[in-house]
Amino acid sequence: MKKQRLVMRTVILLVLGAAVAYTLYANFTKDKIQKVAVGEKAPDFVLTDMDGNKHKLSDYEGQGVFLNFWGTWCKPCEKEMPYMNNQYEQFKDEGVHVLAVNVGETDLAVNKFSERYDLAFPIVIDKDGQVQSAYGINPLPATFLIDKDGKVVKYITGEMTEETIKSYMEQIKP
Amino acid sequence: MKEVKCDCGHVNPIGTILCESCGKVLEEKEKDNKLLDMRYEGSARRSQTYNKTIIDKIWNFFSSVKVGVWLIVITLIASAVGTILPQEMYIPPIMPAAEYYEDQYGWIGKLYYDLGFHNLYSSWWYLILIASIGISLVICSLDRVVPLYRALNKQKVSRHESYLQRQRVFGASQPEDTDKAFTMAKEKLKSKKYSIREENGNILAEKGRFSRWGPYVNHVGLIIFLIGGMLRFVPGMYVDKILWIREGETKVIPETNGEYYLKNDSFILEMYDKEKDNEVFGEAIDKAGMVAKNYQSNVTLYKKQGDTVAGEEADLKKVKDYEVKVNKPLKFENFALYQVDYKLNELNKMSFALTNKKTGEEYGDLTVDLNRPQDEYDLGNGYKAEVVSYFPDFEFDENGEPVTKSRIPNNPAFVFKMFTPDKPDGEISFVAIRQTIEPFGDNEYKLAFKGIDTKNVSALTVRKDLTLWIIALGGVIFMIGVAQGSYWNHRRIWLRRVNGEVWVAGHTNKNWHGLKSEIEAALDGTGILMPEDQLQNQSEKKS
Repeated sequence: MKKQRLVMRTVILLVLGAAVAYTLYANFTKDKIQKVAVGEKAPDFVLTDMDGNKHKLSDYEGQGVFLNFWGTWCKPCEKEMPYMNNQYEQFKDEGVHVLAVNVGETDLAVNKFSERYDLAFPIVIDKDGQVQSAYGINPLPATFLIDKDGKVVKYITGEMTEETIKSYMEQIKP
Repeated sequence: MKEVKCDCGHVNPIGTILCESCGKVLEEKEKDNKLLDMRYEGSARRSQTYNKTIIDKIWNFFSSVKVGVWLIVITLIASAVGTILPQEMYIPPIMPAAEYYEDQYGWIGKLYYDLGFHNLYSSWWYLILIASIGISLVICSLDRVVPLYRALNKQKVSRHESYLQRQRVFGASQPEDTDKAFTMAKEKLKSKKYSIREENGNILAEKGRFSRWGPYVNHVGLIIFLIGGMLRFVPGMYVDKILWIREGETKVIPETNGEYYLKNDSFILEMYDKEKDNEVFGEAIDKAGMVAKNYQSNVTLYKKQGDTVAGEEADLKKVKDYEVKVNKPLKFENFALYQVDYKLNELNKMSFALTNKKTGEEYGDLTVDLNRPQDEYDLGNGYKAEVVSYFPDFEFDENGEPVTKSRIPNNPAFVFKMFTPDKPDGEISFVAIRQTIEPFGDNEYKLAFKGIDTKNVSALTVRKDLTLWIIALGGVIFMIGVAQGSYWNHRRIWLRRVNGEVWVAGHTNKNWHGLKSEIEAALDGTGILMPEDQLQNQSEKKS
């Protein structure tokens, strides 16, 4: 009798506790909820770069992809662009690709920006926001490190230094 | 401590105050009272003896009604405090919330922010309060409904003398013919829809017992309601997003997995017109000036055909055209799109004329699509304008450099290089709204502003709520419980033969007047005297 009551109470409290814990967990992750989780496969996409070449993420399997979302008005994006460009030169022959996805600005603005910083890596424009939506992009800059199997290794928001960019590229080198 | 065995032979759980079967007073303290405390039938609703493990301690904490009431009071106060200053989501995004509150409301605002009231309703401690109320509700109910059910189910017809004597309505009398009186009373009680149980010539008449379950039905409703609220946090159950969409634009509808697209054909804002509309509005229009009559987005819903990868041009099939108005949402699958906001006259195109400053002669017009500007505009005859830089939302940064704040053409500015036959190297001109800067000295030509073309932008709420029916179900059950407990009363009347006398006692959970008048009617003409209301007598004696 005594034991039965203890078991009953324990079970009921556990069920209630689990419900509360889940609710709290869900509430605190709802803003941070990442559509693309680390360790999972990065959603595929196709976008056209400024020279008219199509870039499909899945075509880069076997190589690391440094996927950066940016806008010309975003100061930290602007700052890290030259660093990315330098490191791109270092790593492009080692199988690390840089894809810079602009968040839907005009061709003109993007071209002018790219000319100004003499950017060598391909820049694509996500005109209707489909790729941003698939990756759940909110604050800029946002960077995904994708390894040779197409899996997300790391997700970074905020500005990166040249040092960190270098270490990230090391990380996804096939 | 062991279970309590009553004289009548019934074994009661520990902590029982009144024997579940015969009603005899088991608790010593209770024996001194003239009237019984009939709450929960004197059942053992919480066993203090089972207070050994941590589980029992937690259980007993939540089982206390006092704790439950305090939780509700604290939650009420916190909820009220949360309405004193605006919540974070409603403050204008002009500065970080941390600064905003102090800036606007001084130290009170800072305190408000530091204590987390700016985001109260999803803060961890507020959610824990709500959750604790839910837990308290479950445990309080379980701890009471089970013993109450046992006690009402196990009750004997012949209740103990001490139990009858201590009922609020009690009386003893000696009718001439007890058997006849009992038969008569029984018939009358039956006609009043009492269910009659007999045992050794004693009678228990009872009705409306189900009214006792009202509060618990009500609590079940509340818990279902809370579960509905909880399910909103489960991904896919609840969506509340805003979609800003320009006229002519086609956008993917968020949270539909890229399945549905929406095109904004046009946005319409209508005002009441004194001339055209019903004259009863005249006075109000005079008083208020402009009064909005209609906010409407004419949209087309598309569904994506086949599989496409994000970024690829999707093959869209038209589903339907619809006019979204306030309270008239576009519905598809489980989604509803509501008209929620708008922005009129967003700049779309700007036109300029290449003009000789001295003569005023024009050499052709150019129109810049602000969402898709070209690299250069050739006006023929050797006249052209090249766009060197474009700032859709222009401002000067701290170094005096022109920059853009966003990609939205709120305040467009351009750096043009103008080529003319007499200036083949080009002249640089910085053109913004109502301002032209010539950084390299006086130019001979200018791009004179000719006009603008605007578009309206509409904002639609994308809403999906699969929890609504659960919340409604909880609400309905809640109301059933309220009705059950409010509109029916649980009434019991005991008739017992004790040493040649007839003892009558009555109990109800509310409306004693109703009970008494039913007893009076049942006993009328039987020779059994109407019992007295001992509580009323007590208070009369005192006064």
